[in-house]
Amino acid sequence: MSAMANPFPEAPTTWSLPDRGKVAMAGLIIAESAIFTIFVVAYLFYVGKSLSGPTPSEVLETPILYTICLLSSSLTIHGAAKSLARDRVGAFLGLWLLTIALGGLFLYGTAQEWHRLIYKHGLTISTNLFGTTYYSLVGLHGFHVTAGLVMLLVVAIFALAGRVRMQESRRVEVLAMYWHFVDAVWVVVFTVVYVLGR
Amino acid sequence: MSSSAITIPGVQIEDKPWVDTLHEWVTTVDHKRLGVLYILYALLFLVVAGVEALIIRIQLMFPHNHFVSPQVFNRLFTMHGTTMVFFMGMPILFGFANYLVPLMIGARDMAFPRLNAFSFWLSALGGFLFYFSLVGANGLYGAGNAPDVGWWAYAPLTARAFSAGHSTDYWALALLVSGFGSIGTAINIIATILCMRCPGMKLSRMPLLAWLNLVMSGMVLISVSPLTAAQIMLVIDRYLGGHFFDTQAGGSAMLWMHFFWIFGHPEVYILIIPCFAFMSEIIPVFSRKPIFGYPVMVAATVCIGFVSMSVWAHHMFSVGMNSYANSFFTITTMAVGVPTGIKIFNWLGTMWGGRIQFKVPMLFSIGFLFQFLIAGLTGVMLGSAAFASQLTLSYFVVAHFHYTLVGGVVFGVFAAIYYWYPKITGRMLNETLGKWHFWLFVIGFHLTFDLMHIPGLLGMPRRIYTYEPGRGWDTLNLIISIGAFIQAIAILAFVANLIISYLKGAKAGNDPWDAWTLEWSISSPPPPYNFATVPTVASRRPLWDLKHPEDPDSRYE
Repeated sequence: MSAMANPFPEAPTTWSLPDRGKVAMAGLIIAESAIFTIFVVAYLFYVGKSLSGPTPSEVLETPILYTICLLSSSLTIHGAAKSLARDRVGAFLGLWLLTIALGGLFLYGTAQEWHRLIYKHGLTISTNLFGTTYYSLVGLHGFHVTAGLVMLLVVAIFALAGRVRMQESRRVEVLAMYWHFVDAVWVVVFTVVYVLGR
Repeated sequence: MSSSAITIPGVQIEDKPWVDTLHEWVTTVDHKRLGVLYILYALLFLVVAGVEALIIRIQLMFPHNHFVSPQVFNRLFTMHGTTMVFFMGMPILFGFANYLVPLMIGARDMAFPRLNAFSFWLSALGGFLFYFSLVGANGLYGAGNAPDVGWWAYAPLTARAFSAGHSTDYWALALLVSGFGSIGTAINIIATILCMRCPGMKLSRMPLLAWLNLVMSGMVLISVSPLTAAQIMLVIDRYLGGHFFDTQAGGSAMLWMHFFWIFGHPEVYILIIPCFAFMSEIIPVFSRKPIFGYPVMVAATVCIGFVSMSVWAHHMFSVGMNSYANSFFTITTMAVGVPTGIKIFNWLGTMWGGRIQFKVPMLFSIGFLFQFLIAGLTGVMLGSAAFASQLTLSYFVVAHFHYTLVGGVVFGVFAAIYYWYPKITGRMLNETLGKWHFWLFVIGFHLTFDLMHIPGLLGMPRRIYTYEPGRGWDTLNLIISIGAFIQAIAILAFVANLIISYLKGAKAGNDPWDAWTLEWSISSPPPPYNFATVPTVASRRPLWDLKHPEDPDSRYE
C-alpha cells in the first residue's frame, strides 16, 4: 500500500504540534522533581532526629550571597535566550558567559561551605542523620548545577566558535528550561535546609 | 527486518555477512529494531525467571524437601521477583510501545531515536549487572553470590551489617541503571505521542494504545524516580556510611518501605496499563466492532493514573501505621477499582453483540478479562486494612499478585505477541500450536494460582523454604507445582511456535486481521522508513475509512 499514491484523506490545513525538545525537557523536569521530592521528604522527616551533633542550628550559615548569584543567573539565561531569538548574538554570548560565571560562583560557595563544615565542624556524610541528609540533598542539587554548567559550557564553546545562530534558539531555550528548574529546586532546598530545617 | 519494501529490478542484493547484521542490530536507532530487541531481551528473562520459579516450586512440592538450601531459596525468590518486574515486565511493554506507537500515530520514528537506543542499552546493562552478581559478588566467604533480600529489599536487611558482600550492591545498581533507562524511554514515548502525530491525528482520534502508553509513561516519570532516589540513598548508606535507613543511628526502616511502595504500587499499574492498551486494540478487531466508550476509556485510564499514586501504603497495613492512614489507604485502594471496573465493562460492551472471532489473540484477551477481574476482586479484599492484617505475608497475597501479573500482564503480552507477530515478522503464528499454548497455559495457570489462595487462607506464610507435613498444605502444594510445570510446557509450545512460524509460517500480508489502525496499512515487516507518504487521518479508525469510503467513521465522530 505504501507504493500507492497517498491513499489517506486530505491533510488538514493547519497542523501544529508542540516542540519535542520542550516536551522532553518538561518530562525530565517532572522525573527530576520526583527524585528531589523524595530527598526533601527524607530531609524533613529526619530534621532533629540525629542522635549526635553537630546540629543544623550550630553549624549552618545562610548562603545569601551565593543564592542571589544562582537566582540571578536565571534572569541572565532568560535574557540570553531572548537575545538569541532576536538574532543579537553578541548580547547572547555576553549573558551566557555571565550565567556560567554566576553558576560557577554558586558552586564555589557550596564548596566553601562544605570545606568549613568538614574541616571546622567535623561534619561528614557519615557523622549523623543531619550530615547524611544534608550532603545528599545539597549534593544532589550541586550535581545538577554541575551538569547544567557542563552543558552551558559546551554551548559557550560553540558560541565562541561562532556556531550558535538564531536557528539554534529553540535548543538554547530547552537548556534554559533546565537551568530555571535547577534554580527553582534551589529555592526549595534553601527553604527546607536553611529556613525550616533550623 | 531490514528488507526495504522497494525493490529495484535487475539488482541482486547480496547476503550480508553475519557480522554486518550483528553490527546493524547493535548500533541501530530504528524504533522497530529496538522494539524487537526489547521484546527478545524480555523473553530471555521470562525464561530465566520462569526456570527460577520452577526451582522454587520443586522445592515446595513436598514438605521437608531438600532440593535447594534455604539460602539459595532466598536468592531464587529475590531473583525471580526482580527479574520478572524489571527485566521482563517493563522491557517487553516498552518494546511494544517502541514498536507500535510510532506506527500507530503515523510517525517515521520515535522523537529521539538515539535516546531510545541509549535507554534500551541501559536497561540491558541493568539486567546484565543483576545476573553478573552471580559471578561478581562471589568472593567473600559466606556472603552469598546473588541478591537475597527480596525484590522489595526492606531495610535494615540491606544494611552492610546484614548483607555483607556485594550482592545487594548489584541489586541496587542494576535497578538504578535500568531505572534511568525506563525514565529515558518514558520521556521518549511522551515526546513521540505529543509531538510526532501525523496530520489529523488529534488526541481525540489517537488509538487507545497510544493513549494508554502516554498515561503509563507519565506514571513512569513520577513513580520510577522515587525508586531511583531510594536506590541512591541505599548506595550512600552502603558505600559512604550514610544513615538513611540505619535504625541504630536514628534512621527509619519505615521510610524505605514508603519510598519503595511509592514506586512499587504505581509500578503494577505501569505493567498493567499497556496490557489494557493491548486489550483495547485486540478486542474490537476480533469482535468486529469499534471500541465501546472511547472517551470513557481514556478518562478511566487517566483516573487510574492519578488514583494509583495514592494507594501505596496498602502494602504496609501490618507495619503499624495509625488508623487514619490505614483508613485513607483502604479508601483509595477501593476507589482505584472503580475506573478499572469501567474498563472491564467497556471491553464487555465492545464484545456484546459483536461477531466474535475466536483466534488465539482473542482467546488470550478473554482469558485476561476473566482473570484480571478475579485478581481485582482479591485485590479489593486485600485492600481492606482489616482483611489484609489477617492475610498479609501469606500465600493468599502471592496468589493475588500472580493473578494480576500472570493472569493479567502475561496473558496480555501473549495476546499482543499473537496479534502483532505477523506485523513484526511478516509471518503468521501457527494457530494450532497457539491453541495448545493457550489451553495448556490456562489449565496450568488455574491449577497453580487458583489453588494457591487456599494454603494462604490456611495460614501458609510466603517466602518460607519448606513446611511441616500434615497442615493441610501438602496436596495443594503438590498440585500447585504440577500446574507450574504445565505452564512451562505451554511456554515450550510458545517458543517452538515463535521459531517454527518465523521459519515456515504462512505469509501474513499487510493486514491479516482486517484491522483498523495505521500499522496495518504498510507492509509486514514494515520498511525502515515506515510510511512512504505521510498518512493523514480523519477518524479513530483510518483503515476502516479507507476500506469503506461509502461509510467512513469520520462522518459520525
